[in-house]
Amino acid sequence: MLANRPILRLLTSPQHLWRTVSLGMKSLWLHKLRSMLTALGVVFGVASVVAMLAIGEGASYEAQEQIRKLGSQNIILESVKPPENQSGASEARSLVIEYGITAKDIQQIRGTVPGIEIVDPSRSLTETIWNLDKKAEGQIIGALPMYPEMRNRHIVDGRFFSDLELDQHLPVCAITVATQARLFPLSSPIGKSLRVRGFYYKIIGIISDENGNTDPAASGPETTAQLLIPFSTLLDQFGETFFRYKTGGFEAEKVEFHQAVIRILEADKVESRAAAIRQILSTNHKKEDWRIVVPVELLKQAERTKRIFSIVLGSIAAISLLVGGIGIMNIMLASVTERTREIGIRRALGARQTDIVVQFLIETVLLSGIGGIMGVVLGVSIPFIVSHFAGVTTVVQIWSPILAFSISVITGIAFGIYPANRAARMNPVEALRHE
Amino acid sequence: MAASAPAPIIRLVDIRKTYITGDIESHVLSGISLDIYPGEYVCIMGPSGCGKSTLLNVLGCLDQPTSGDYFLGGQNVATLNDDDLSAARNRNLGFIFQSYNLIQQLTVRENIAVPMYYGGATDEQMRTVATKLATQVGLDHRLDHKPNQLSGGQQQRVAIARALSNSPLVILADEATGNLDSKSGKEILELFDDLNRQGKTLVFVTHDERMVERCTRVIRLKDGLLDRDEPGAQSHRTQTPTAA
Repeated sequence: MLANRPILRLLTSPQHLWRTVSLGMKSLWLHKLRSMLTALGVVFGVASVVAMLAIGEGASYEAQEQIRKLGSQNIILESVKPPENQSGASEARSLVIEYGITAKDIQQIRGTVPGIEIVDPSRSLTETIWNLDKKAEGQIIGALPMYPEMRNRHIVDGRFFSDLELDQHLPVCAITVATQARLFPLSSPIGKSLRVRGFYYKIIGIISDENGNTDPAASGPETTAQLLIPFSTLLDQFGETFFRYKTGGFEAEKVEFHQAVIRILEADKVESRAAAIRQILSTNHKKEDWRIVVPVELLKQAERTKRIFSIVLGSIAAISLLVGGIGIMNIMLASVTERTREIGIRRALGARQTDIVVQFLIETVLLSGIGGIMGVVLGVSIPFIVSHFAGVTTVVQIWSPILAFSISVITGIAFGIYPANRAARMNPVEALRHE
Repeated sequence: MAASAPAPIIRLVDIRKTYITGDIESHVLSGISLDIYPGEYVCIMGPSGCGKSTLLNVLGCLDQPTSGDYFLGGQNVATLNDDDLSAARNRNLGFIFQSYNLIQQLTVRENIAVPMYYGGATDEQMRTVATKLATQVGLDHRLDHKPNQLSGGQQQRVAIARALSNSPLVILADEATGNLDSKSGKEILELFDDLNRQGKTLVFVTHDERMVERCTRVIRLKDGLLDRDEPGAQSHRTQTPTAA
């Protein structure tokens, strides 16, 4: 008979469940303020878990997205101007500072490291770009036709220059969305020309910004304006040596490649190939004038950081829910003492020990469950507010509110069992005598 | 008189209850044997400390005797476990307490239906029976009130309706009018008279000598033993028992 098994009866009869739950609600409602304060511990516990997970997840999502943009199968070599004290005696006397990735490096890497698909070297310099009387400070990049593909840049309009244009050293260019926004705010730039120093370049295409943005209206002032011309054209017109104003005079720098991107064919060999390339470069260069960026390594680093972050968050969650649970248990114990008489009456009228356990457990679960729901609502709105006002990316994953809510309910059960049992074990005669 | 009735509802055989505190044994009930038959209105009387309350607790299945047998409706409850005792209280006994003992957060209707709730009744049954019983005790206009909105007499009426809700074999009352003024006390006692006339079996624990006038049988306890068992003023009722 179902009536002999209150828990079974609770699960199989919606009417009975509803009756028990509404009884629990009534008892909690009788002490509104106390119930609310008790639930508050769980509310803040759950809210902080959901919110912190969302902000943490958002931060790591943003980091991973940026790393992914560099290309997971790519290795990026960069030229770095060495610090003054590291320069050797001969360089110190020379007027021209020579540093960075050289053609010899690239050739050696191509020749010795297997499984490399493309090596995409580029040079860049900072110059003023003119469209008639409009000007913008920007970067002139000498690149190969594979540049957009290698750097995950989208063609927004027109096309990128071809091998033919590279071979013939033609003065054509592709500009970025940011450049378009600054120099051609109203009209389409395709087919028009831009000037850098004395050279004119015909615009044949528009590509996305470094951050992946493809909308000129959304291009902020912090994005560098870029002008991309064939590598050969850049060498012809600007030579191998760059002059730059410096306090007290000119400074000349000779850099062969500012950057080279190497694509590794097999994704799982990226790290070992990176080690080989590091070896070659450190043999060739006496100075620290190069840098290697391996996005996959960065990604792994980001994942490690995220794991540590998750452990820290998990501990905070556990502690806050523990505190909330202790609060619930404390109040339920007080409530059991206070309602000793009621328990005695119910026992006298035929309530079994399990009926009493169920009654008090339902109350704690309601308390923690309602706290959990309020916490989830609060916890989901905090990331929303944070991303709206602070511009930080937040990601609320669907499992995080579900997890936080379930934990709050489990906390309710765990911390409710002891007070409920204590209530049920009371001697009915003594309970009835209780004032 | 007792011999004229068929089978006893309650049969106590040499019931003893001993409390042990430290090394001291105190015998509260020292061997009580007693039969109570359907339709009787029994008053259990005696000075304080004579074991009245303990006997009532044993009768009410709230406390187990140290030794002896207690047959309630033919079932020996002295050997039952806690769950079965709960069920026995629920089905066979109606309780009326001196301090009413209503549950404060429930309405009159819900309070009346508490025993039915633990008996597994449906909402529909609980609603119907509670309304009917509230009408019987004259509180049908107070069904949705909370106990603290009622007077003492009204609260005791709710308690009586509650005691009746599972149609128990016996109604046990402990000083049921002790907290009431004489007017409401009298009204409550008249309600008990009505119930007994309708054939309900009542066991009333009291030290109010005036109860002798209303009951059919008086049992006097002294030092944990049955001192006297004599007919009450209304003993003629049990000689022509109405169908219960």
